[in-house]
Amino acid sequence: MRMQSATRLALFLLLAPIVLWLALLVILPHVDMFMVSMRERVGIRQYEYSFANYVEFFVEPLYWRTFARTAIMSIIATVMTLLIGFPVSYYIAKMLRGRMKNFLFLLCLVPFWVSELVRTFGWMILLRESGVISNLMQWMGLVSGPVEMLYNDATIMVGFIYTSMLFMVVPLVSTLDSLDDSLVEAGYDLGGNAFTVLRTIIIPHAMPGIVSGCIVVFMLTLGNYLTPVLLGGKDSLWFTEQIYTQFITRFNWEQGAAFGFLLLGLSSLIVWAGLRLSRQTLSQTMG
Amino acid sequence: MTDATDESELYDLECRNLVRTFGAFIAVDDVSFGVPRGDFFSILGPSGCGKTTILRMMAGFDRPTSGDILIKGKSVVDVPPNRRPVNMVFQQLALFPMMTVAENIAYGLVRKGLNKTDIADKVKSALGRIGLPTSGGKSIKQLSGGQQQRVAIARCLVLEPAALLLDEPLGALDLKLREHMKVELKKMQDQFGTTFVYITHDQSEALVMSNHVAVMNKGRFEQIGSPQDLYYHPDTAFVAGFVGDTNRWHGRVESADASGVKVVSADGVNLIATAAGKTPLVQGGEVDIFVRPESVVIATGEERVSGMENRIEGDLVSILFNGANSRALIRDRHTGGELDVALPQTGEFSHLKRGQAVHLGWGKAQAKAFAADARRDQGVGT
Repeated sequence: MRMQSATRLALFLLLAPIVLWLALLVILPHVDMFMVSMRERVGIRQYEYSFANYVEFFVEPLYWRTFARTAIMSIIATVMTLLIGFPVSYYIAKMLRGRMKNFLFLLCLVPFWVSELVRTFGWMILLRESGVISNLMQWMGLVSGPVEMLYNDATIMVGFIYTSMLFMVVPLVSTLDSLDDSLVEAGYDLGGNAFTVLRTIIIPHAMPGIVSGCIVVFMLTLGNYLTPVLLGGKDSLWFTEQIYTQFITRFNWEQGAAFGFLLLGLSSLIVWAGLRLSRQTLSQTMG
Repeated sequence: MTDATDESELYDLECRNLVRTFGAFIAVDDVSFGVPRGDFFSILGPSGCGKTTILRMMAGFDRPTSGDILIKGKSVVDVPPNRRPVNMVFQQLALFPMMTVAENIAYGLVRKGLNKTDIADKVKSALGRIGLPTSGGKSIKQLSGGQQQRVAIARCLVLEPAALLLDEPLGALDLKLREHMKVELKKMQDQFGTTFVYITHDQSEALVMSNHVAVMNKGRFEQIGSPQDLYYHPDTAFVAGFVGDTNRWHGRVESADASGVKVVSADGVNLIATAAGKTPLVQGGEVDIFVRPESVVIATGEERVSGMENRIEGDLVSILFNGANSRALIRDRHTGGELDVALPQTGEFSHLKRGQAVHLGWGKAQAKAFAADARRDQGVGT
């Protein structure tokens, strides 16, 4: 009996930090946020429970269009990160051996030693009207006047891909690393060409890595605030900006909290749809 | 072997003066051979001798530094692996885990562009022939090691290749299954009538299954012949030492003539042997002498061995009981050297005890003397 209660106590103590962390920092704030999002101001310091804040999102075109734009651009950024990251990962995992492999893998990691803010400012120094690239093009005689390369969607996209690359490359390298070379050789030996071997052997094997990389990149891009604001300017219309505006500028916490929950719900829905489409399950991907 | 054109027609697979170097290291050194149609041809050698390199060059995964590879009389050196009419069974089998058994077998047929009903028919008949008629829908992991083996071979054989290349496919199996698969592989080869090129470091695999065996060492072929040839008439000291078990002495020639070779071994034993190998033996030259354990007569009394040219008195160190392959380890009373001796199956020696004195004898015809090659290390012992 005593033995049993001792084990129980040990288990409880071991679980305590994670339980406290989840309860105090994740569950409690979210419950409170949910309460906030569900009330409607009817007068000074007078509130009523209603879905008005959620309804507002669907009736005001600006809001849901901003969300749609955010989601679509995040999906594009995810796909582009995958398209660029896959060959990079394949090269690191399968074509290289030993020191060169570790070196290139480390190179992917190096940008993350600098804070995201500094990295984004780095892009601004390169791309702004009086920036490095604009001056270089003028000096080479390619353009006659200064060129502004900031504050457009293409630049935001570049920023997203740059920020996300590592989160795509890491899971891809580890799944591709586990692909036995002889499977690829067998694919060729039995008459496959580069395309069929990629489609029938390499991609099915890498699928868990592809899916987990895509989920991480999609969620990070969707919830990104710095990149769209700094590279896209005030009119970048990113959904996180809307939330920020509601909370800080408009001091409309009720609306901001509702938007936060909508972002959570809608992005989870998109991830779920993506998993269904790729016939993967979350446990498969994480395991 | 290499020049007559009508002869090369007989070969499904032929290598001519094949060389592959990695920097200064010569992995394959001027190897030429032909594999006749329907043959079970093995390349036998210790690990690192270059046998896998030869196989990978034949499959197209590696390119020879010089020399030519011909399949059905046509050079394939510039043909990529997916267009070569040979298929390979990999050491770890390399079955595709993302596909079912049937999809694995169909993979090559789909790549060939056959229509669906033909593919289904061929897969069905292949599954029947390997004794897994109902396993088509299973995943690879549901099969046992031996079943996976058969699927890996069937996956290649449905493509009707000119030759099947096998890279030590039994290496990963446990002993019992390996013995069983040796017989099974031989049966499959008869059934499909395909030429097999099999590489292994396990001499019993090579001897049991093959029609022809090439013994390879340090990038070169030492000897090509039937398993019986290699066992009873080795051309070189390496083959004598590597194929089958053997006792071995190193010594110096006292005299050599038609009646035999008199040798004094390094530990002082006088031996009479028969000259073997291509290098003639000269007086004072270094030689290696090989005697098979089953050629040595063991007796408790001296009379049984009195008529033999070589005789040794020794003490029994231990009995290595292994059913029909039981051996006795005998220590030479004068030199302290140890000998491996096969025990006759009559049971007459079942009473032998450790430390008991025994007499050993063997004729000069059973002892083969090879000139020791100073350039090459023949490091494989008994």
